[in-house]
Amino acid sequence: MQILLDNADFASRMLQQVANGLTKGSVYALVAVGYTMVYGVLALINFAHSDVYMLGAYFAYYPARWLGYMPDTAEKPKAPFWLMGMAFLGAMAACAFIGALIERLAYRPLRNASRLAALITAIGVSIFLQNVGQMAFGADPKSFPRYVDQSSVNLGVISVGNTSILIIVVAFLMMAALHLFVQKTRTGAAMRACAHDMKTARLMGINVDATISITFALGSAMAAVGGILVAMDQPRLTPTMGLLMGLKAFVAAVLGGIGSIPGAALGGILLGVAESLVGGLWDTTYAEAVSFVVLIVVLLVKPSGLLGRAGREKV
Amino acid sequence: MLKTLGILAAGIAVAFGFGLLVDNAVPPFWALIVNLCGVSIILAVSLNVINGLTGQFSLGHAGFMAIGAYVSAYFTTTLRYFDPEVAKYVSQQPLFDGVWGFAPALLVGGLAAALAGLLVGIPTLRLKGDYLAIATLGFGEIVAILLTNFKQVGGSKGLTGIPSYADTSWIYAFVAICIAFSLFFQRSTFGRALIAIRENELAAEVMGIRTARMKVMAFVYGAFFAGLAGGLYAHLFQTINPGNFNFMKSVEVVVMLVLGGLGSLTGAIVGAIILTVLPEALRDLEREIALPGFRMALYALILILMMIFRPQGIFGQRELSLKLLRRILPGGRK
Repeated sequence: MQILLDNADFASRMLQQVANGLTKGSVYALVAVGYTMVYGVLALINFAHSDVYMLGAYFAYYPARWLGYMPDTAEKPKAPFWLMGMAFLGAMAACAFIGALIERLAYRPLRNASRLAALITAIGVSIFLQNVGQMAFGADPKSFPRYVDQSSVNLGVISVGNTSILIIVVAFLMMAALHLFVQKTRTGAAMRACAHDMKTARLMGINVDATISITFALGSAMAAVGGILVAMDQPRLTPTMGLLMGLKAFVAAVLGGIGSIPGAALGGILLGVAESLVGGLWDTTYAEAVSFVVLIVVLLVKPSGLLGRAGREKV
Repeated sequence: MLKTLGILAAGIAVAFGFGLLVDNAVPPFWALIVNLCGVSIILAVSLNVINGLTGQFSLGHAGFMAIGAYVSAYFTTTLRYFDPEVAKYVSQQPLFDGVWGFAPALLVGGLAAALAGLLVGIPTLRLKGDYLAIATLGFGEIVAILLTNFKQVGGSKGLTGIPSYADTSWIYAFVAICIAFSLFFQRSTFGRALIAIRENELAAEVMGIRTARMKVMAFVYGAFFAGLAGGLYAHLFQTINPGNFNFMKSVEVVVMLVLGGLGSLTGAIVGAIILTVLPEALRDLEREIALPGFRMALYALILILMMIFRPQGIFGQRELSLKLLRRILPGGRK
């Protein structure tokens, strides 16, 4: 009997970790989408993507402060709901613009240069944004306003916070919308054509430069949503908050199969759950290493990822 | 071979002379920077073997450096006495003390790093380009995370109270060794094989070069010297923690190479010196305008502009030599 009880306790703990992992994984998935789209088109690891994510969180933080949400108070919000929504949309738009701008200024001049030069530039842009962020926002952590009611919903053996539910739902909707956009619209078709073969796409009359700009803008907007959602869950903003997130999201993209949007979603969620399970059952510091172990294993065993297109030699 | 030994001996002699000069005539702050330059040179020259000569892209050099630093520092601190419990009561000759204790400790650190290089090199061989970069980056992060978790080496606080063995003479003696080895290897069959792999791996394989073995050897070689550099770093600053060897450190070494010109030995040296001195010089400027982050932002901007306007670095794949100088200087023979 005791063993049964212990097992039930263990199972509920596992379930709780899976729920936490889903929350984490949804954000990984949102950020991973940007990596996977850019890699699909340009074969470039856009290191600066994680810093656009950071900017997204900050861009939402300042309007929230101006609108009178104080950090960590139980005070009722002063501004109406739709105004905050507008502020978040604004942050997304700003990040989309910055993402496209980065491509225009830093990556486009290097499009025909060596892959190495492009990769190093991407690292440079990342360091640049982190430090400009430090100059603009200060290095001290900022506390994001507690925007959503902090209570949680009890689902039998486990309880899930309101914020977690919001994160999972929003992330799922955003990714579904993006997937539809890429699959069903003309612009989406152009993006897929560029990813498939850029030269031929250009010959078919597709405006490749514009399509690449749109790819960066969309990915960056997704990263901004990720940044805002994370800030709601763990309200601690620092200019270097993107670093680890970026690495993990990239791992998620590789795990799911680089170039594939559903793959990024799947990879993100799997990684989040794996991390939470290791953290909950073993040690949280080892959880940080999970993604890198996963990365190396995936690269060695199935470099094309879970849902990636096999065939073209990428590794 | 004999010529290399000659260069090596001369280099070490010069290093000791240089050490005497720096110890006696240079203010401590600048002496520290000179020493740091030496560590950077070893790092850059050793990474040049992997990234420059072989054309692989490793972003995990800080991981090898960390292993060398921790292992050697563990020998000179915790394992300093054969039995620390006994040493409390009976005066005991320290095991890893002075010159004859420091050198083996450094060597063990380097060998541990080389072993890690072997372990990383074999499985990641299948990877190329940015996938290799990401995998080695992952290796570096795993090392840092493991070190944070090992309570025996101080966890996130790291090791402190490391004896200050690495003075200018020591560091530059190793700089001389590292450069002499690289010179020798570049001109050896091994070095030529590495360059052949960089230029065209398939062709190299067809020519009978065992590319897999060569690539692993390049990794082991680079990792060994990175481990030595780590050991010197630990005994220079006397305190280390996992944060010293994070992703940014690996990036820094790559940037040194790229600035100097990937594949150029003298380029690596010049890049290492510039990128060690420049941030220190900018530090004063940053303090003056009271804008933290400015220094690194400028550093990143230089990197981006460099990639856009001169992606081959200062020297490209050429070496700085008297011949080149003669050609560049006005009035020289074309």
